[in-house]
Amino acid sequence: MTPDLIYGLTGIAVFAIGLVGALCAQDRLRRVLALKLCSVGAGFVLVVAAWRTPPADPDPVPHALVITGIVVMISATAVALALIRRLQTLEAEDDDG
Amino acid sequence: MMMVDPLILTLFLPLFGAIAAFVLPRAAAWVGLLAVLGTGVAVAALARAVLAEGEVVTQLGGWAPPLGIALRADGLSVAMLAMTAGVGLLVSIGALDALRDLRERQYFWPLWLLLLTGMNGVYLGTDIFNLYVMIEVIALAAVGLTVLSGTKQAVRAGLEYMYASILGALLFLMGVGFVYLQAGRLDFAGLIAVEPSGAMSAALALMVVGLLLKTALFPLHFWLPAAHANATAPASALLSGLVVKAALYIFLRLTTYMPLPDEILVTLIGTLGAGAVLWGGVQALRAERLKLLVAWSTVVQIGLIFIAFARAGQVGLSESWKAAALLILAHGVAKSAMFLAAGRIKDEIGHDRIADLDKSDTRPTLAQFTFALAAISIIGLPPSLGFIGKWTLMEGAMAAGYWHWVAVTMIGTLMSVAYFSRVFAGFLRFDRMRGELAEHKGWALADAAPLTLAIAAISLGLMAAPILSFIELGYPFGAQQ
Repeated sequence: MTPDLIYGLTGIAVFAIGLVGALCAQDRLRRVLALKLCSVGAGFVLVVAAWRTPPADPDPVPHALVITGIVVMISATAVALALIRRLQTLEAEDDDG
Repeated sequence: MMMVDPLILTLFLPLFGAIAAFVLPRAAAWVGLLAVLGTGVAVAALARAVLAEGEVVTQLGGWAPPLGIALRADGLSVAMLAMTAGVGLLVSIGALDALRDLRERQYFWPLWLLLLTGMNGVYLGTDIFNLYVMIEVIALAAVGLTVLSGTKQAVRAGLEYMYASILGALLFLMGVGFVYLQAGRLDFAGLIAVEPSGAMSAALALMVVGLLLKTALFPLHFWLPAAHANATAPASALLSGLVVKAALYIFLRLTTYMPLPDEILVTLIGTLGAGAVLWGGVQALRAERLKLLVAWSTVVQIGLIFIAFARAGQVGLSESWKAAALLILAHGVAKSAMFLAAGRIKDEIGHDRIADLDKSDTRPTLAQFTFALAAISIIGLPPSLGFIGKWTLMEGAMAAGYWHWVAVTMIGTLMSVAYFSRVFAGFLRFDRMRGELAEHKGWALADAAPLTLAIAAISLGLMAAPILSFIELGYPFGAQQ
C-alpha cells in the first residue's frame, strides 16, 4: 500500500462514517458534526489528488480547492449552528408559555 | 469607454447588489430592485450576443481552462438566466408590497440577491468545482429565505433543508474529488475527453445523487414540502420556481459531458420521476393547507421533468433534454405565480386551510383568478407553456414506443386536475357562506406580479417554437462535437 492509497481510502471511510451519521443521527448537533466529517473525507480525497511522484512536487490546484471547501463548510456550519440555537430558543419559549 | 462584458455583469451586479443591500438596510428594496433590473439588462445584452454568435465565452482574468475558470453562455443558459431574471423581477415587485414585517423587508433583499448570484453562476459555469461553490452559495441563501418569517415551523423546516442541501453539496464535492483524481481537470470541455472507468462512474454516481437530493427528486424530496410551504410567499415563489432548477440544470449539463453509462440508469431516473408524480399527487390530494398542496405539486413537476429526461431512453437523450428544458421554464414561471397568489389568498383570508376557503367572508378574486391561470399551465392545458412541455414529452415517448411514460404522464395530469379542483371548489362554492360579504379590499401591487407571471406562463406557450429554437443556439447538448 502506498501512502496516497492509504490516505485516499481513509478519506472515503471518513466520508462514509459522516454519511451514515448525517442520515441516521437524531440529535441536531450530531448531524452537523457528521456533515463536517463528510467534508473532511472529501477534503482527504482532494488532497490525495495533489499527490505526484516524486511527492516533493505536489499539484497545487487541489490544495486551493480544499481551502475553498473548508471556507464554504465553515460558513455552512455557522449558519446551521445559528439555526439550531434559534430553534432551541423558540422551543424553550413554547415550553414556558 | 470600455464595454463591460455582460457575462461578468450578470454575475457581479447581483453580488455587489447583495452587499449594498446589506450595508444600506433602509434603501435595501431600491438597491435590490435596481440590481435585479440591471441583471435583467445584462441578460438581454447576453441574449443578443448569443443570437448573433451562438455561444459567448469569457475566461476570467484571462486564464484559460484547465487552470482558469471560463464562463460560457449558450441558448439554454440564456433561457435559464432570462427565466430567473424575469421571474425574479416580478417576485421582487410583489415583495415590495407582500413583505410587511420590517425584519423580513430588511433581510429579504441581500439574501435574494445572493441567491441570484449563485444561480447565475450555475447557469454560466463550466467548471464542476465552481459549480460546487455556487450550489453552496445558493444553499445558504435559500435556507436564509426559508427561515425569513422566523416562525418555529419555518426554522425547523429550514434546518432540515440545510442538512439535505449541505449533504447534497458534499456528495457532489466528493464526486469532484474523484474526477480530479482520475482526470486531473474539472472543466466541462476536459470531461468529454476522459475515458469511462469505474472511478468516473463512481464520481458520476456521487454527483448525480447529490444533485437529485438538492433538486428533491422522489424519494429524496423529504425536505421540500415543509420548507416551501412554511416560507413567506415571495421566498416560496423563489424557492419553488427557481432554486430547485439550478441543481436540475447542472444534472442536464453534467449528463451531456459525462453520459450515464447504462440504459438502466436512464430508466431508473425516469422510474424515480414516476414515483414522484404518483406519490406527490397522492400527498397533494391529502394536503390540508393550500401552500402545502402547491409545494407537493412541485415534487410532482420535478418528477415529470425527470420523466421527460428519460422519455426516449439513452438513444433519444439528445432530443429529450428539450422537453425537460421546456418543462423547467414552464414550471419556473407558473409555480412562482401560484405561490405568490397562494400567499395573497392567505393574507386576505387570514389562513390557508383548503377546507375552509369557501367559508371566508372576504374574496380575494384577483389572486384566485391568478391561481387558476397558473394551474392551467401546471396541469398542462393548451395553449400554455406547460402544455407544450408535456406534449413534447409524450410525443417523444410515443415515437420511441415507450408507452409507460405516456401512461404515467396521463395519470399525473389527471391527478393534478383532481387536486387543483379541491382548491377551485373552495374558490367557487360560495353558497355555504351565509351572511354579508365583507367589503372588497381592493387590488394591491402584490396582485399584479403573480397575474403577470400567470399570463406569461400561458402566453409563452404561443411562443414555444422560437423558444425551442433559441435554446438550441450554441449547441448546448453537443450536436456539434
